Amino acid sequence: MLEKAFLGGRKYWIWMGCLLVVMGAGFISWLYQFRIGLGITGMSRDISWGVYIAQFTFLVGVAAAGVMVVLPYYINHYKPFARITILAEFLGVAAVTMCLLFILVDLGNPIRALNVILHPSPRSILFWDMIVLNGYLFLNIFIGWNVLMAERKGSPPPGWIKPFIYLSIPWAISIHTVTAFLYAGLPGRHFWLTAIMAARFLSSAFAAGPALLILFCLIVRKTTKFDPGKKQIQTLGGIVAYAMILNVFFFLLECFTAFYSQIPGHMHTIVYLFRGLHGHTGLVTWMWTAAFFAVVSLVLLIVPASRRSLDTLAVACVTVFIATWIDKGVGLVIGGFIPNPLEHITEYVATVPEVFITLGVWATGFFILTALYKVAITVKEESGA
Amino acid sequence: MGVDRRKFLKIAGVSALGAAAAPAKEALALEWLDKQLEGFTIPEFLLHLFHKPAGSQPAEALTATRWAMVVNVRMLDEEIAEACMEACHKIHNVPHIENPKREIKWIWHDEYEHVFPGQENEYIDENLQKLPFLVLCNHCYNPPCCRVCPTKATFKRKSDGIVMMDMHRCIGCRFCMAACPYGSRSFNWVDPRKYIKEKEQNPEYPTRTKGVVEKCQFCAERLAQGKLPACVEAAQEICKRKGKEPALVFGDLDDPDSEVRQVLRSHYSIRRKPELGTQPNVYYVV
Repeated sequence: MLEKAFLGGRKYWIWMGCLLVVMGAGFISWLYQFRIGLGITGMSRDISWGVYIAQFTFLVGVAAAGVMVVLPYYINHYKPFARITILAEFLGVAAVTMCLLFILVDLGNPIRALNVILHPSPRSILFWDMIVLNGYLFLNIFIGWNVLMAERKGSPPPGWIKPFIYLSIPWAISIHTVTAFLYAGLPGRHFWLTAIMAARFLSSAFAAGPALLILFCLIVRKTTKFDPGKKQIQTLGGIVAYAMILNVFFFLLECFTAFYSQIPGHMHTIVYLFRGLHGHTGLVTWMWTAAFFAVVSLVLLIVPASRRSLDTLAVACVTVFIATWIDKGVGLVIGGFIPNPLEHITEYVATVPEVFITLGVWATGFFILTALYKVAITVKEESGA
Repeated sequence: MGVDRRKFLKIAGVSALGAAAAPAKEALALEWLDKQLEGFTIPEFLLHLFHKPAGSQPAEALTATRWAMVVNVRMLDEEIAEACMEACHKIHNVPHIENPKREIKWIWHDEYEHVFPGQENEYIDENLQKLPFLVLCNHCYNPPCCRVCPTKATFKRKSDGIVMMDMHRCIGCRFCMAACPYGSRSFNWVDPRKYIKEKEQNPEYPTRTKGVVEKCQFCAERLAQGKLPACVEAAQEICKRKGKEPALVFGDLDDPDSEVRQVLRSHYSIRRKPELGTQPNVYYVV
């Protein structure tokens, strides 16, 4: 089936070629980082995780969001989603691959990465994250591929695949819960030390992931003969609406606890993010941009007319993506380190090579996604779906 | 990377045959194996498989079941604090990197309001505010850094509670840095060896590579030689000269007669962020 990824038109190859160029630039930057050390990034003694871990955190959410399609279809027997489960699963594959790559490029000693398996440490959440992420990657490739093979042969998916599908549902929840636990169990990092961290992660994931999926469905609709379906896209729009409302609501809950209790440690990071602390205002513009896009997205998603129209829904999805990406991919991780444990403030700005590496990983994800979508869509076109 | 074949066989042989085996027989077997393996280099990971450190202590070693330090800040001044930092950083080949973003520090000083955030108030004694509070790894009884490490590269030594680092195992994920509530850990963002002057290097202590986390180890290597930690020694020397009580006291918390216990008995002491339940083993007398 994979051979279908090699049978594309001119536009397909130009797109893949562009991605390969970005991947190459990222790889060369990574070689530079490998030689000099992580000192080429903007990270520091105080901000010891930067854009890599932030992207990882965001993308775990995108990966987990596949469950928002799989669950309604397999548990609630919402038939229309049959057409797009494969798109959700392959999005999961690409997203988890990016997650693993972001972890790898963040390691100070990537050649020792296997120490995590050689010296398993079940008390470390990172150990469990490694297990759930790799497991999820396997499940999505395995399920997606088998279901697609069956579809190509014009037969229903084999019965033995069902248990794996059911397993993938809680597994999707687990990857983002475990990722939230990386942060939510650290004493002394007030911004992260919150019981609703996992809930916040899941809500933002179920907004950002399906939003991205809607955008991909719209692109597939435009560029191929396969139509994921207007109804499907609209249902996804409803899911994004609910999730985004919850996401913003959960964030406001955090604000209430911090500012009504007036406990300095709880307020510091939020103040830093939105107003600046002791003259340090590095992320203020970012955060207000996120807030602005979040409000715009909520308006577009809550008003029924704009949610149902595919054009305005697309705009809403872009705004959801920007808002959640800034919230999790910038504010959450960087903000958590400010102020530092001795209440000094060091700010963080990503460097050029760091941005290249980041773009390289994203390009790799898109490369995998495009190839997998090409396979899936060709199968669907051939079977006349 | 390979190790010397002869050394490997010795270690492997000793571990495999055990201490009870006749030395002559063992030596013969090793010699025979060595001949058979002529021309081979043994990968380092095999060494780790066979080499089980015995865990014994030399006779002169200082031992305890729970090492702790008391910082008597009233006895501290800039000179003592700087001397402690210099002694530690020199002995341990800690590179001197100017850029604060890349800097590595095992022990340093800061103001009261930063060392004890949330406990400051406007009317606090001005002298206290100005004192150079020494800070270092707290060697917590319940260390979050060890809990989060995915490879056990940082661990609490069972025998005496020192929180240690295995620089050869650390993958550089920096989870421990996020977990430490005291900012005690440093990461080698670049090759540290470029920042150590050759003539100032201490050949007795290993230098580190880029990409690993490091921190104070309560001078485990000096304790094994029967010496007090470098900072404690440096501080006590100056205090003696100045006729002060020692600014740093080191000893066994489990020994009721130890110097640390005596100081803690006679002075009111505080610890950094006690509400987090990490149980620091560094105490401050203010």
